Amino acid sequence: MDWLNTIVQGVLLGGLYALFAAGLSLIFGVMRLVNIAHGDIIVVTAYMAFFTTRLLGIDPFTALLIVVPLSALVGYLLQRLLLNRTLGEDLPPLLVTFGLSVIIQNVLLLLFKADSHKLQMGSLEVASWMPVPGLYIGALPLIQFCTAVVVVGGLQVLFYRTPLGRAFRATSDDPEIAQLMGLDNRHLFGMAMALALAVAAIAGTFIAIRTNFDPFAGPNLLIFGFEAIIIGGLGSLWGTLAGGVLLGVAQSVGGELNVAWPILAGHVAFLMVLLVRRQGLFPKVMA
Amino acid sequence: MSLLEVDAIDTFYGDFQALYGISMAVDEGQVVAVIGANGAGKSTLMKSIVGLLHPARGRILLDGRPVEGMRPSKLVAQGIALVPEGRRLFPSLSVGENLMVAGQLGRPGPWTIERVFDLFPVLRERQHQQSTSLSGGQQQMVAIGRALMSNPRLLLCDELSLGLAPIVVREIFGRLPEIVAQGTSIVIVEQDVMQAMAAASMLYCLQEGRTVLSGPPKSLTADTVRAAYFGV
Repeated sequence: MDWLNTIVQGVLLGGLYALFAAGLSLIFGVMRLVNIAHGDIIVVTAYMAFFTTRLLGIDPFTALLIVVPLSALVGYLLQRLLLNRTLGEDLPPLLVTFGLSVIIQNVLLLLFKADSHKLQMGSLEVASWMPVPGLYIGALPLIQFCTAVVVVGGLQVLFYRTPLGRAFRATSDDPEIAQLMGLDNRHLFGMAMALALAVAAIAGTFIAIRTNFDPFAGPNLLIFGFEAIIIGGLGSLWGTLAGGVLLGVAQSVGGELNVAWPILAGHVAFLMVLLVRRQGLFPKVMA
Repeated sequence: MSLLEVDAIDTFYGDFQALYGISMAVDEGQVVAVIGANGAGKSTLMKSIVGLLHPARGRILLDGRPVEGMRPSKLVAQGIALVPEGRRLFPSLSVGENLMVAGQLGRPGPWTIERVFDLFPVLRERQHQQSTSLSGGQQQMVAIGRALMSNPRLLLCDELSLGLAPIVVREIFGRLPEIVAQGTSIVIVEQDVMQAMAAASMLYCLQEGRTVLSGPPKSLTADTVRAAYFGV
């Protein structure tokens, strides 16, 4: 039963990793931008959730109603005012988002010091549910996982069933022709970044509840996000969820074997997938 | 006043000058052909009109208003649409989605997805297929339909006949009058000179970035066109 508990916890943790990865994957898919600052942006949203909760005296889930739209707005402006100017070649966006990552970490350090923060969730943090004797499912991890499924499913519907998603895919296929069909790339890229930061805000809020975070937590989140994407297969949203789950299970099983192993086990699982199936588990079939 | 007036534009790729003082005019409801050998500057002229390239000198007027230097997406909203060379459909979109995505601009006019299906009935039954699974001729129909979805006043067709069998080319050119009948003017850029001369009421021949011959096809003899085309 111990092992079953370990695996279930890994699966639920995978939802969180899928949330890290979804925003990254979306940005790369729409505009071929690798956002090195994505992890740091998630940390910023964690601080936003922390202070919104503190200052307004509301619970973290209600705070999402403020943090998510605010993050989306920041994302749109970030894209329109800064990142759109860097697109076109491979290197400039990479360098700019790397620089952004360094700036964010240091501004956070300046504002909030190196102290770690954590959101308190009260009784929900320890609440759990026992579907069969001996198997414990934490309420928070379950909520987190269900949220990830809803977010990934929502993105899937948005991409394949709505005019905005159609425009995203057209621009991703051929940005030059998309403009000639009346699509304004600058605005579309802004919308994509807004969406990515909205998802990042959900991830950030869960991080803030789940663990301690500090100004330098971002790069680790970024690595987990990248690994989930690569394991799942680039360009596939459900694959990203599967990738997150595999990563979560590997970490959780590694931790069960030895308390010092979870992170290492995650990286090893990632490398194994690369060795065995370089294209990831569910690669998007390129037309 | 002409719908489109290109007035002595010079267009560069970096330091390389591709167009030298090109002028042309397209009237409402007119079909104009631009011919010339490879590298004559035909595609550069199209890219200059749709805003992908900005001429260094000269003017481009739509309805008498200058439009040179506008962004491509703005120009589509003004009523200029392009059927690009090589079709360049969106591969991850279905046939229907390729059409719909171009209609999202919401420019009012006669063209809807249903009207495009009436024009090219074969597309109706193929609308859920991936655009890349279609034959070359059908893909060209999608490319034309996609451009029409923005309800253009001016439709630019770059190399419609490229890589298509003559019978398919004839079928596609046979649909052009129906498009003109909706009040759309058409510019066809062609290497297939006979097809272009038959369809157009005005012809421009480019050579090395300059206009070497222009006039109504009826007033031009095969010899003068051949001489202008090959530069001999």
